[in-house]
Amino acid sequence: MALSIVHRATGIALYAGTLLLVWWLVAAASGHNAYATVQAFTGSIIGRLIVFGYTWALMHHMLSGIRHFVWDLGYGFKANEREALTWGALIGGIVLTVLIWIIAYAIGGVR
Amino acid sequence: MSAPDTPKRSMRTPLGRVRNLGAAHSGTSDFWRQRITAVAMTLLMLPVIVIVMMTLGSNQAGAKVILGSLPIAVIMLLFIVASAWHMKIGMQVVIEDYVHNEKLKLISVMLNNFFSIAVALAATYAILKLSSGV
Repeated sequence: MALSIVHRATGIALYAGTLLLVWWLVAAASGHNAYATVQAFTGSIIGRLIVFGYTWALMHHMLSGIRHFVWDLGYGFKANEREALTWGALIGGIVLTVLIWIIAYAIGGVR
Repeated sequence: MSAPDTPKRSMRTPLGRVRNLGAAHSGTSDFWRQRITAVAMTLLMLPVIVIVMMTLGSNQAGAKVILGSLPIAVIMLLFIVASAWHMKIGMQVVIEDYVHNEKLKLISVMLNNFFSIAVALAATYAILKLSSGV
């Protein structure tokens, strides 16, 4: 598995994606119009795709990071354990992302 | 190679010689901080997701009330400080791995610092402003 490069790629994506978080917070602190602009963007198709991608990058990077943390602690180096951790991060990241978006839609927040 | 049979006499231990060295000349402090911030963000992830979901569907006035409440503001501040620190370290590792031109590397590392600090301060200021009711 070559997932360490995906960990790095999602990290770089999150680095850029942080601007979205900052934009959201600054807009909330700025006023009604600024916030409405953010909402118009995140509500658009392209905005939703970006936030969806950001959600996945975040979830994958977190689980993949936990995998690295397990290795840092000196565990999980057997071949089957490495495979399990890697697949766990890959599948878990997708599952958590979908779950988050199902909940978001279910509570009716995403118009 | 010099002859190995004439070692320089030194009172310094092997650990003492390598401590604070490495590419960044700061030892393992970045490695350690990267892990501290990673664990912090992992612990904060669920609360942050809940907070973001709480604001979905509300307008600016509603978001202001939610983000301005004390526990939520503190959670967001912790998350932002951890994020900015973590991404600064992570990007520096990437730069040091791929940018081999010394000047370009220094400029990249510097810009990385600027960006990460700007992100942290802008978000922090926004949250404090939301909390202060101004």
